Amino acid sequence: MKGAGGNGDWRPSADRALLELRAELYARVRDFFARRGVLEVETPVLSAAGATDRHIESLTTRYVGPGAPAGQTRYLHTSPEFPMKRLLAAGSGPIYQLCKVFRQGEVGRRHQPEFTMLEWYRPGLDHHGLMDEVEALLAEAASGRLSLGPAMRLSYAEAFQTYLEIDPHAAGNEELRVCARRWGLGTAAGLAEDDRDGWLEWLQAEALEPRLPRGRPVFVYDFPASQAALARVRGGPPPVAERFELYLDGVELANGFYELAEAGEQRRRFEADLEHRTRAGGATVPADERLLAALDHGLPDCAGVALGIDRLLMLLAGAGSIGEVIAFDWARA
Amino acid sequence: MASYSTNEFKSGLKVMLDGDPCSIIENEFVKPGKGQAFNRVKFRNLLSGRVVERTFKSGESIEAADVHETDMQYLYNDGEHWHFMHPETFEQVGADEAAVGDAAKWLKEQDMCTVTLWNGAPISITPPNFVILKITDTEPGVRGDTASGGGKPATLETGAVVRVPLFLDVEELIKVDTRTGEYVSRAKD
Repeated sequence: MKGAGGNGDWRPSADRALLELRAELYARVRDFFARRGVLEVETPVLSAAGATDRHIESLTTRYVGPGAPAGQTRYLHTSPEFPMKRLLAAGSGPIYQLCKVFRQGEVGRRHQPEFTMLEWYRPGLDHHGLMDEVEALLAEAASGRLSLGPAMRLSYAEAFQTYLEIDPHAAGNEELRVCARRWGLGTAAGLAEDDRDGWLEWLQAEALEPRLPRGRPVFVYDFPASQAALARVRGGPPPVAERFELYLDGVELANGFYELAEAGEQRRRFEADLEHRTRAGGATVPADERLLAALDHGLPDCAGVALGIDRLLMLLAGAGSIGEVIAFDWARA
Repeated sequence: MASYSTNEFKSGLKVMLDGDPCSIIENEFVKPGKGQAFNRVKFRNLLSGRVVERTFKSGESIEAADVHETDMQYLYNDGEHWHFMHPETFEQVGADEAAVGDAAKWLKEQDMCTVTLWNGAPISITPPNFVILKITDTEPGVRGDTASGGGKPATLETGAVVRVPLFLDVEELIKVDTRTGEYVSRAKD
């Protein structure tokens, strides 16, 4: 018999030592937050609203039954961000969640459609304050397994200037293309010449990431305002999004925001993203009205971050692909 | 013409790139968490053998190449082309030097080879893994010496030169691994 089950693929993709490593990491994470008075929470996996983000697609499922006799689409969360913000608006105080999240169309050496995310929110901290805490968590997670140098922090502009010799805020589209060629990227079929963020994202993923220092956490902060996602934008020049990314050994591990709290601006971003999705031929999804209502009610000033647990395990274990740290990867699920 | 989207990319897929048929040898999904997804793809050009790397915005499509492999019998060489025949349809194709390349030195009439066809025309020939060929030229055999190492060069009926043990002589048949070009054993016909 060929196919599912017939060729030994009933076996786990991770070995026993990696299952233990995962269990121990979870224990360390929970201990870390318990000592710091951060509450563990859980929020719905199946939401009535979907991800409106331009480059993140929700998986969907269908509920039929009481309340929806004709059936109703539910969206598997791509991150627990919106319900966690609703908890914050309701006065939860600092919270964290360790959960599976789901993303359509993402399979690769560092991607799985179903993966584990650690997400947490800190009222009273901005993105710099939260970077301190991410660094502390990472040190505890790696303790005894990886010796990490002190974290390096540099702005998005500094990172591009230092490693790619270009000013990412001032450079024109032509300069971005020249820069891509200079660092050996050539052209990307289908990437429009005027898709500025697309070129920046490509440079970031394929030219910058591999050149970042290894053996120590590297935080890159203050992204172009056009890549704010759910971060606050600070006035310029140039205006920047108060957002950060964490890299370890060239792998993107976490993304954090000084969270946008203003309902009107959040609504405008939802609308802009939905319009972009329509233009790009993507799926239209219902925006999360309950998040907007919560922001109207009032989100405390806070910073939040999402960290990819499987990628962290990859780095701790020295694994070459994400499937090796997951009991049953996508091909065996 | 058929085409493949990046979601269909996998190693072995035959596609057209810059007008040449290529085979995908590696397909890497690249995506910053909040950014555009890309596929970084390595291709082997099936005409030149060269490996090139290209990036595609995920969701892009690329034209399929009409490339397939078929087992055919080698018939003869007319000085310019090597002729092969399909054993069931008796259809014949002629492969030029660019297509045959290094395989030429292993081609023996009647042997079954794998012929890669692009739009019906041969673009590469893979000889059988093992061929049995006659030695046409070598130093005289050293009788009884079946043990000592070293060996000597021997020219085979197809023109190939391989290292063989000292005891072998002209007119003898030997089995050769075409993937490594190494002598395997003596053969009886």
